[in-house]
Amino acid sequence: MKITVCIGSSCHIKGSRQVVEQLQYLIRENGLNDKVELGGTFCMGKCQQGVCVTVDDKFFSVSPESVDEFFNVNVLEKA
Amino acid sequence: MRKFDTKVQHLKYKVLREVARQAWKDTLLDNLLDIPKTIVPGNTPTMRCCVYKERAILSERVKLAMGGDPENPNVIEVIEIACDECPMGGYEVTNSCRGCLAHRCEDVCKRDAITFDNNHVAHIDKSKCVDCGACAKVCPFTAIINRKRPCQNACKVKAISMNENKAAKIDNDKCIACGACVYQCPFGAIMDKSYILDAIDIIKKSNKNEKFKVYALVAPSISSQFTYAKLGQVISGLKELGFYTVIEAALGADMVAYAESTELAEKGFLTSSCCPAFVDYVHKNFLDLAEHVSHNLSPMATIAKYIKETDKDSKIIFIGPCTAKKAEIQKENVRPYVDVVLTFEELQALFDSKDVDITTLPEDVLDNASYFGRIFARSGGLSDAVAQGLKEHGIEDFELKAVPCDGIEECKIALLKKRKGVLDGNFIEGMACIGGCIGGAGCLTHGEKSKSEVDKYGMEAYEKTISNAISMLK
Repeated sequence: MKITVCIGSSCHIKGSRQVVEQLQYLIRENGLNDKVELGGTFCMGKCQQGVCVTVDDKFFSVSPESVDEFFNVNVLEKA
Repeated sequence: MRKFDTKVQHLKYKVLREVARQAWKDTLLDNLLDIPKTIVPGNTPTMRCCVYKERAILSERVKLAMGGDPENPNVIEVIEIACDECPMGGYEVTNSCRGCLAHRCEDVCKRDAITFDNNHVAHIDKSKCVDCGACAKVCPFTAIINRKRPCQNACKVKAISMNENKAAKIDNDKCIACGACVYQCPFGAIMDKSYILDAIDIIKKSNKNEKFKVYALVAPSISSQFTYAKLGQVISGLKELGFYTVIEAALGADMVAYAESTELAEKGFLTSSCCPAFVDYVHKNFLDLAEHVSHNLSPMATIAKYIKETDKDSKIIFIGPCTAKKAEIQKENVRPYVDVVLTFEELQALFDSKDVDITTLPEDVLDNASYFGRIFARSGGLSDAVAQGLKEHGIEDFELKAVPCDGIEECKIALLKKRKGVLDGNFIEGMACIGGCIGGAGCLTHGEKSKSEVDKYGMEAYEKTISNAISMLK
């Protein structure tokens, strides 16, 4: 599974660092390092919906507040 | 508000704008020969002896706007017919000499080069004079002046001499492409080659970023440029031109500062590798010290490499204040990452070639880097960032003694001291331009406020530490 988080300017200001750091933490805590690849990209062209995240090319709008829920539903259950 | 410091820049800009305007429309080859007349219409000369010479020089500027002489590896070129063959006699006594009694000039001259005629007027014996300038400094009538060509005066690496036609000539083995002569020549006879056509070609071929994405990588000194608009409007303007997104090269600076601080602590002594003109200078003049140049790529290349790794088909266009960056991307280890280098002057021409008035655009955002990455744009910033890098790594057993060198002359002094083993410092921050990148030849303006603009921009960064700025890149 590949998770890509937008680290472009717009998403950065909306908290992409916090999203990345929380995802890094959750992946580690759940022992998913072998199954989940986390990467960054600059801009997905949907700046209004940031923080933009894709999971295997499926798009999600995530915020630092909703990252735990996003992880539980879309990563943990499917990994 | 004025967009440029000088009329030479403005003229160069008009040529670039015209070339770009035709290139967007695919009509450049049809209208190439008409460009000089578009810029100088009518029969009254405003710059040279006649409009025909003005147009002949403009034709040469058009060639440079289209990439210049492919036979010449240097990105800086002399337009021979534009060179006014300025006098270059060195120090001379003018008729302001009043034949005084004090003879301070004579007393201060260590070479006994000053003599006096029957009217007590001073003369300089050119066979003895070494152009130290001491006599000029002490004359109470400022009667002694230095007739040195502005280009030669600007070129601190002594790469400029005179050819058989008395026109300026650049020694490519000495030139570091800093562009000082480009900015200083009052006749605009030395220019940097432009790759504006390559940039337009890439943007067009991307088919609105559908075939591949075109990234604009902007240098942090942009904060001191385009002062007639908001920075956010410049970002909108770039997207209007067809760039997919805009990224701060300062994020690359954060990455460099983080890596360079550990490299420094390991090796004990280092020089920076950010400024391509400085690195070139070390290789051409201090080869024995070249091993001490940091092995990190420049901030531009570092972040470009990261972008290419995340998006392998992408095209990257760096936009900055620097002419030497145009030479840097010709190097084997940088070429794969950066496709084109443009200057701020060229960006202004691109905006206007498409009639993009950035002052009317909404403000977009630009925020990737930390305070420390952003202040790389001014002298001393890199040293501050390396100090911060050491702190964030928790390296306490290494004491940083930075030697920030503001301009190539200070770099030379620091390198000479290092060679002799008398340098009081363990980190040379080498910046070829006075003031750092904000003094770069490709800047639109070189104002006194540039440094404070950069600092202000640094303070506005969302991330306050280097580690936070780069944490998401890992």
